[in-house]
Amino acid sequence: MIECKNLTKVYENGDVDTTALKAVSFHIEKGEFVAIIGPSGSGKSTLMHILGALEVPTSGTYFLDGKEVSQLNDDELSSLRQQKIGFVFQAFNLLPRTTVLRNVMLPLLYTDTTKSEREERAKQCLKYAGLEESKYYNLSNQLSGGQIQRVAIARALINNPAIILADEPTGNLDTKTSHIVMQAFQELHRKGHTIILITHEPEIADFAERIISLRDGMIESDKKK
Amino acid sequence: MIAIDILQETFWSLSANKVRSGLTILGIVIGIASVITMVSIGQGAQSSIASSIQSIGSNLIIVSPGAQRGNNVSAGRGSSQTLTVADADAIKTEIQGIKAVAPEVSRRYQMTAKGTNTNTQVVGTVPDYLTVRNVAVDSGTFITDNQVKTSSKVVVLGPTARDDLFGVGTNPIGQTIRIKNVDFEIIGVTLAKGGSGFSNPDDSVYVPLTSAQHFLSGDTFVSSISIAASDSNTIASVQQEVSDFLMKRHNIFDPQLVDFSLMNQADIIATASSVTGTFTILLASIAGISLLVGGIGIMNMMLTTVTERTREIGLRKSVGIRKEYILWQFLSEAVALTFFGGITGVLLGWIASLLVSRFAGLSTVVAPSSVMLAFGVSAGVGIIFGFYPARRAANLIPMEALRYE
Repeated sequence: MIECKNLTKVYENGDVDTTALKAVSFHIEKGEFVAIIGPSGSGKSTLMHILGALEVPTSGTYFLDGKEVSQLNDDELSSLRQQKIGFVFQAFNLLPRTTVLRNVMLPLLYTDTTKSEREERAKQCLKYAGLEESKYYNLSNQLSGGQIQRVAIARALINNPAIILADEPTGNLDTKTSHIVMQAFQELHRKGHTIILITHEPEIADFAERIISLRDGMIESDKKK
Repeated sequence: MIAIDILQETFWSLSANKVRSGLTILGIVIGIASVITMVSIGQGAQSSIASSIQSIGSNLIIVSPGAQRGNNVSAGRGSSQTLTVADADAIKTEIQGIKAVAPEVSRRYQMTAKGTNTNTQVVGTVPDYLTVRNVAVDSGTFITDNQVKTSSKVVVLGPTARDDLFGVGTNPIGQTIRIKNVDFEIIGVTLAKGGSGFSNPDDSVYVPLTSAQHFLSGDTFVSSISIAASDSNTIASVQQEVSDFLMKRHNIFDPQLVDFSLMNQADIIATASSVTGTFTILLASIAGISLLVGGIGIMNMMLTTVTERTREIGLRKSVGIRKEYILWQFLSEAVALTFFGGITGVLLGWIASLLVSRFAGLSTVVAPSSVMLAFGVSAGVGIIFGFYPARRAANLIPMEALRYE
């Protein structure tokens, strides 16, 4: 399903070039549950952004379902993100001063679904992500960190995407909440979603079936359980 | 479905950020209202100057007595008593291209009517005065030739003089007023013309020329002769002929020593045109500066709010919303803000100019052109600077937009 060959990403910052990824190649099958671990600066977020079609690699190829992503135009990329990928950001990124429900429904905008269908699905996803019903009409800036994370997960689920990408989904949560969130991911995995998540905690990575470990922009190890 | 979504997103986005939307609208409102008010005051002043000049008369040449000279002492212009009714009659019969001639004797007198009194201009003149000075009669009649011939003790009141003596809007015809111990019967009231600066025609009373000479001034001279040329193009030549004619009649051969002076309306208009020209430049600069300031305000507001929303645009893109829909939404927001602000601004500017004319007593004219200009410029600026940064952000790779600080 995902096929990466020699992915390289170089950030140009004035005169200094920073290489975030150095010729990374790997292959992920449909339905896998993969954790990418590595210390900060190892290039794992960059890799995730490339997989989520939010950023383009400097060189190398990335095939998703047999299509080379770097060959797609802007609108095709938008469709890809909308239909196949659910992305949970590290820094939550909800629309400010907007209700929980409207945030979750955001990816359904401009699609041919009715308002009631959208609300129905948003409520299902929120329930699934474990947010209490009383919070559905709260504004996004009235929520706690854990609640925001659940909203972000619900938003990633709303299109029923084949792949769910999560960038440090437990980064701001306590151990108990982290475990509940991870169990939610395991549940999604059992339902057939391909899940790729980033973490720097080995304990969180243990929930996954396969652990790719990155260091200095290169794959250090790739272990299946 | 898509159109409804765009409108709903616009509504939600604007209402979720009330302070931001409010400030943007305020910028647009102030920009537009200030332009409209400024321009309306300027145009009002311009048109009141123009109507003042028009109210003096049409194609008018005024002959006034010149300075009295004797033993090298000048008593000042207008002091010599050399113009007579005979001069006026001769001008009328001898010179071509004249529509009407009206000699007049004017002086201020105290006058009384049934316990009230006022001090105003008494104009002794002839029926042609109506034609020459663009005066119209509101009720009753004006002085007739017969009344001039017989020195009748009749008087026609200007509306302001009527208001002062008998009360606003009353009909005083048939009553009498007393000027210099002589009773005059009121036979008419003239139509209000509005103040004309030189001497207010509304605050004057008119009596037959001969009556003024017999009962009031006691001599046979006139204080000025007003001549209406039949065509505005011939004013200058008529003026020259009148000048030559009067010099011959008064036996004067040195132009330095003439005992009269001539002034024509074209000269007044020329002077006034240079005033209105300055006004036009003033207006244009006020409008230009207001538009510039308003435009920059709108531009700043739009640029900062849209730039601030680069992350939001990145987020919308990252969840798979197409660029075109994001742009439609921002365009729709910019249009909504500028139109709402624009309409409010037009109303506010209009109300402000009404208040100015009501309380400051300046006449104002809200010109459609200034409304369109103000509205057009602010809408243009608002839409361009609301749309352009949004387009720039929507063209970014989502991650770059999300990282934007």
